[in-house]
Amino acid sequence: MIVRHITALLKGLSITLKEFFSRKSTQQYPEEKRQPYAAYRGIHYFRPGENGEERCVACGLCAAVCPNHCIFIEAAESEDELKHPERQYAEIYSIMLERCLFCGYCEEACPKQAIALSRRYDMAVNTRNQMIYTKDKLLAEGLELDEESVGGEIKKTGRRSLWGA
Amino acid sequence: MLNMGPQHPSTHGVLRVVLEMDGEIIVDLRPDVGYLHRGIEKIAEHRTYNQVLPLTDRLDYVSAAINNLGWVETVEKALGLEVPERAKTVRVILCELQRIASHLIWLGTHALDIGAMTVLLYCFRERERIMDIFENYCGARLTTSCFRVGGLMRELPEEFEGLVRDFLAYFPARIEEYDGLLSANPIWLKRTKGVGVIGARQAIDIGLSGPALRGSGVARDIRVDEPYANYERFKFIVPVGKKGDVYDRYQVRMEEFRQSISIVRQALDYLPNGPIMADAPQIVPPSKEAVAEDMSALIHQFKLLSKGYKVPAGEIYHAVEAPKGELGFYLVSDGSEMPYRLKIRGPSFVNLQALYQMSKGCLLADMVAIIGSLDICLGEVDR
Ligand code: SF4
Ligand code: SF4
Repeated sequence: MIVRHITALLKGLSITLKEFFSRKSTQQYPEEKRQPYAAYRGIHYFRPGENGEERCVACGLCAAVCPNHCIFIEAAESEDELKHPERQYAEIYSIMLERCLFCGYCEEACPKQAIALSRRYDMAVNTRNQMIYTKDKLLAEGLELDEESVGGEIKKTGRRSLWGA
Repeated sequence: MLNMGPQHPSTHGVLRVVLEMDGEIIVDLRPDVGYLHRGIEKIAEHRTYNQVLPLTDRLDYVSAAINNLGWVETVEKALGLEVPERAKTVRVILCELQRIASHLIWLGTHALDIGAMTVLLYCFRERERIMDIFENYCGARLTTSCFRVGGLMRELPEEFEGLVRDFLAYFPARIEEYDGLLSANPIWLKRTKGVGVIGARQAIDIGLSGPALRGSGVARDIRVDEPYANYERFKFIVPVGKKGDVYDRYQVRMEEFRQSISIVRQALDYLPNGPIMADAPQIVPPSKEAVAEDMSALIHQFKLLSKGYKVPAGEIYHAVEAPKGELGFYLVSDGSEMPYRLKIRGPSFVNLQALYQMSKGCLLADMVAIIGSLDICLGEVDR
């Protein structure tokens, strides 16, 4: 009986000892950051258009599919042909990130492929107000993140049509 | 009287148990639930069928994909929608991986509660790999939302198969490692054998399901008894225990690891080519390419996504085998775009009811082992 118990214990200890010498599987987070996969659903951004125009036409579909109604849009007419080729644009566009589920439905729905979810995941802020992502913030986010995909396919997110086949 | 929880490391969340003690022996106990109540069933009444999907992630948040499956299959059943074979197979793969991930959390925390801390670290290391597979596929690690009514959210990425095959090669040896650490360990045996016994008859009466029921020797598994997705295609054994104590439930879940691995392997070998979405334009939105080119597809997309689709009036119950037991969705539709009423049968909630029968007369420390062996998730208990 005792011998059996001791062998069982030794077996367990040998496993822990083996782990002791194997490679580390942890990361020191704030110093070493993990790069998520291309499909990651992180903070939203606006994808810049081919010629620096705004893609969003304030159609409101993203706000309609959003399960938590965290997108607020106010549309307006623009005279600036270069910036807003379709005339209609979003004068106010804001996402309340603290209510967001990060489901990605807004990205899936957008017919202009304007709104997208980036790979950024560190979103801790000090006040609630900072969690409201306004249009300027989203555009800046897009320019910062999405340099290589300007005008092209959705490279950064790597996600094609999510709704369709 | 003793008040355990809601902030107690061994109650797996925010469970509060009010205990009446006689020294170390439990005389009476009353679980007090509801600290994590978010009213998901009520919220679902104001969401379109697609919008309910992300909510189901938040039921049992360590097995989100299986909750997603339960929900989309319920809606598909109500709509009479047939899903392509490829989509079904991918669903099986993801769900079995999710089952392994959920059982890993169970094993880690259960062992931690009883005092074996190393197992927790190993389990989380392995689980990380499954999280990576999910992240690669759907972009989220916990709240996956990875299925859609009619099929899948996206085609499999290229790395997917490689990642899963790596995991399949890597994991079986790890199971043996856990086995070596625990199964014959005298402390583990002392803490689990003969503790929290529940007989088959009583287990059925309470309504236990999943490993908690199978540990008592009842071979009930919805994957076998009422196959969904395409589980009927794959061969696996339903492990059962004999005595219905904590140790038997532990052995059942350990065997389920091996069976899940085998199912994933079979499914990956079988994986047919073909569409991933059902051919049902009134339910499934058009592809992005079609929307970009075709005006009528664009209009259709607008209508479908902003309004949702109608589900025929009627009542539907559909259950899937979640890692914790039978996860059922009872859906009452009044023919509109939103559920009229949704009742979720959470396995954790029902299994928790057995806590009284199992723990009465036990030591307080054994109750911790029993809670661990029931594998409850408070997100699902309270909904
Ligand atoms: S982001 Fe896309 S879906 Fe949302 S309003 Fe702009 S164009 Fe429409
Ligand atoms: S990710 Fe989901 S919850 Fe967040 S803004 Fe988009 S649609 Fe809304």
